[in-house]
Amino acid sequence: MNMIEVENLTKRFGDFIAVDHVSFKVKKGEIFGLLGPNGAGKSTTIRMLCTLLRPTEGSATVAGFDIIKQPDKVREHIGLVAEKIILYDQLTAAENLTLFGRLNNLPEKEIKQGIEKWLTRLNMEQWRKSQVGTFSTGMKQRINIARALLHRPDVLVLDEPTLGLDPQTTRAIHEFILELSREEMTILLTTHDMNEADSLSNEIAIIDQAKIVASDTPRNLKRVVSNSDTAVMDIEVANLSEAMLSNLKRMEAVISAVETEPYSLRIHTRGENTAATIVGAIAAEGGQIRAINTVEPNLEDVFLHFTGREMRDRSTGKVAPSQRPLWRGRSSRVR
Amino acid sequence: MWQRTKKAVMHSYRIGVKDLIVFARDRLRLITFVIMPIFLMVMTGYVFPNQNALKNAPLGIVNLDQGPVGAQIISALNQPISGQNATLLKLTNLPSQAKAEQDIKDQIINGAIVIPAGFSAEIAAGQQAIIISITDQSNPQISLLMSEALGKLTSAISTQMATKKVETLLPGVADPSAVVEPFVVQSIGIIPGNPNYFEFMAPGVMAMVIMMAAMIGLAGSVSREKELGTLDGILSAPISRLSIIVGKSFAQVVRGLLQAALTLILAILLFGVVVHGNFGLLILLLILTVFSFIGVGVMISAIASEQETAMTIMMTVMFPMMFLSGAFFPIQQMPTALQWISKAMPLTYSVEALRKCIVLGTGISGMLTQVWVMLGFGVVFMAISIPVFGKVTTR
Repeated sequence: MNMIEVENLTKRFGDFIAVDHVSFKVKKGEIFGLLGPNGAGKSTTIRMLCTLLRPTEGSATVAGFDIIKQPDKVREHIGLVAEKIILYDQLTAAENLTLFGRLNNLPEKEIKQGIEKWLTRLNMEQWRKSQVGTFSTGMKQRINIARALLHRPDVLVLDEPTLGLDPQTTRAIHEFILELSREEMTILLTTHDMNEADSLSNEIAIIDQAKIVASDTPRNLKRVVSNSDTAVMDIEVANLSEAMLSNLKRMEAVISAVETEPYSLRIHTRGENTAATIVGAIAAEGGQIRAINTVEPNLEDVFLHFTGREMRDRSTGKVAPSQRPLWRGRSSRVR
Repeated sequence: MWQRTKKAVMHSYRIGVKDLIVFARDRLRLITFVIMPIFLMVMTGYVFPNQNALKNAPLGIVNLDQGPVGAQIISALNQPISGQNATLLKLTNLPSQAKAEQDIKDQIINGAIVIPAGFSAEIAAGQQAIIISITDQSNPQISLLMSEALGKLTSAISTQMATKKVETLLPGVADPSAVVEPFVVQSIGIIPGNPNYFEFMAPGVMAMVIMMAAMIGLAGSVSREKELGTLDGILSAPISRLSIIVGKSFAQVVRGLLQAALTLILAILLFGVVVHGNFGLLILLLILTVFSFIGVGVMISAIASEQETAMTIMMTVMFPMMFLSGAFFPIQQMPTALQWISKAMPLTYSVEALRKCIVLGTGISGMLTQVWVMLGFGVVFMAISIPVFGKVTTR
């Protein structure tokens, strides 16, 4: 059964197209990731599915209810964790949860039990009577998630749930999301963090400039890249120069060449046997190659493959660790 | 149907209570809530000039007269105000008219009186004598009050002199003052006691405080929640848009009424204001005032996406209302065009009705026009703004 069905969903603000004929389906118990850079249209899509925005075109159902014709039914069945935290600073954790429980028509008894259950599971039991304004962002986000889950929604919508959180909280929230998924909760997740999308999602839609450019399981998406004639490699050149780099970029086989670390390049190539071509070119310019590794494609490479553009977030975009050595130069690695 | 209505009412109530708790736990907002009416009362009650406030105003005297009449006038000017340990004017003797004019320019004195040479002699000779009063046009309020006061004093002196003259000229007359002044004006108020300026101000301040709560409070609380993102939480819950507006309005109504009550208590305790009308009617009028403004507040909160925009719109709407509603200045003194604008604003009617109730003790039958206009205004604006709010919140 599909918990979410989106069909040609489109949103225009004047001349600006925020979401352009987007379609996807999410099965029950699945984590579906919408991956894309800031401003790609992820939040707008989610706001339409949560009935906070009216689509210009297209249609969608959430938990079997039409978002345009049955907005109240949709609202009953979704839990929203938006980019901004939906809690009142002046209210305590329990007061916030009670308020939203009541607005969702939950009986008092269930509200009490729900607060107990979710705060315990999110390790926030001892803070129930403290005002939310005194909490750290990570603590607020835990309460915020409890709020979205309190009325037992069929679909949990998470818009950048770990944005700006510390690594520990991020990890805890990731684990919690996976736990929920094992309990058959359907989760729609947006993120611009490749690793988050990769490690959590059963299926990913890559969205760029208002359109979905690719949609599949993370594994299949990566396979598309590794099966195609594009390849990714890291090359360490001891005497790397600006001239060398710009010459590389001009080569026909090279899609992109980026200096990821000093003396270290990540190169996306197109064509047959490109490793040899590139090694030859560097050597011809007197470059001393210390190491060359092919790289298992990650989602970033997938994004590049489909959009022809980098999507790297400076703070989180680390180069993927899955590398295997292909060829090692004579000069030993000095570290 | 009944179930749904009951649910909607409960949702409104929850949202309203939540808004009130959030408000009550914000110390800064709570302090401004109490201080604002005090501030408004004190400010409006004291800053506007009135004759009772004029004391010890510095006035130059140039007495070039050698005779007795000039001296008599000066001593009359030096009389203390009845019952007070102060004189209306503080007199300074100056040698010449030129010096007096210079001192006015230097702002040492607010005005001057010149009693010309030969003043007494002219009067003795049976001619009409002239006193020159020099005023400071740069300060119209003070010079107006001063020339009024001077006029009263000098006419009192000249009446006194005329009465004496009549006595000597017509020895047989029973009441010589009747010959000089065939009639006098006696003014009586329609309410007992001596109403002060605060009694004029209090209804205006109450109406304003309510207007601010209804408009700033409502639009502010909606746009704040929009900015914080919490509004999304309410909007994505299965509750009707009407419940949200009603709940938010409910909180602001309570807040506005509390503030108005605070104003009234302050006015009674600190400023000696007496409520001559019915208390129940007063409360009804206050509620009606809130009602007439809620629609405008909803409208502004719907169309303004940020707090700042909301505040800007608010100021544009509120300032003309404050000054043209008659809350501070009588409408009758305004030019006709402004009077028409003033008649198009709900605050005007609210102030009128409240003033009638508090100062004059009028019953509801004496203010039906105002009541109907406020009701009409509220209904029309609600009818326009509620669908707009619903539409804007799900664009």
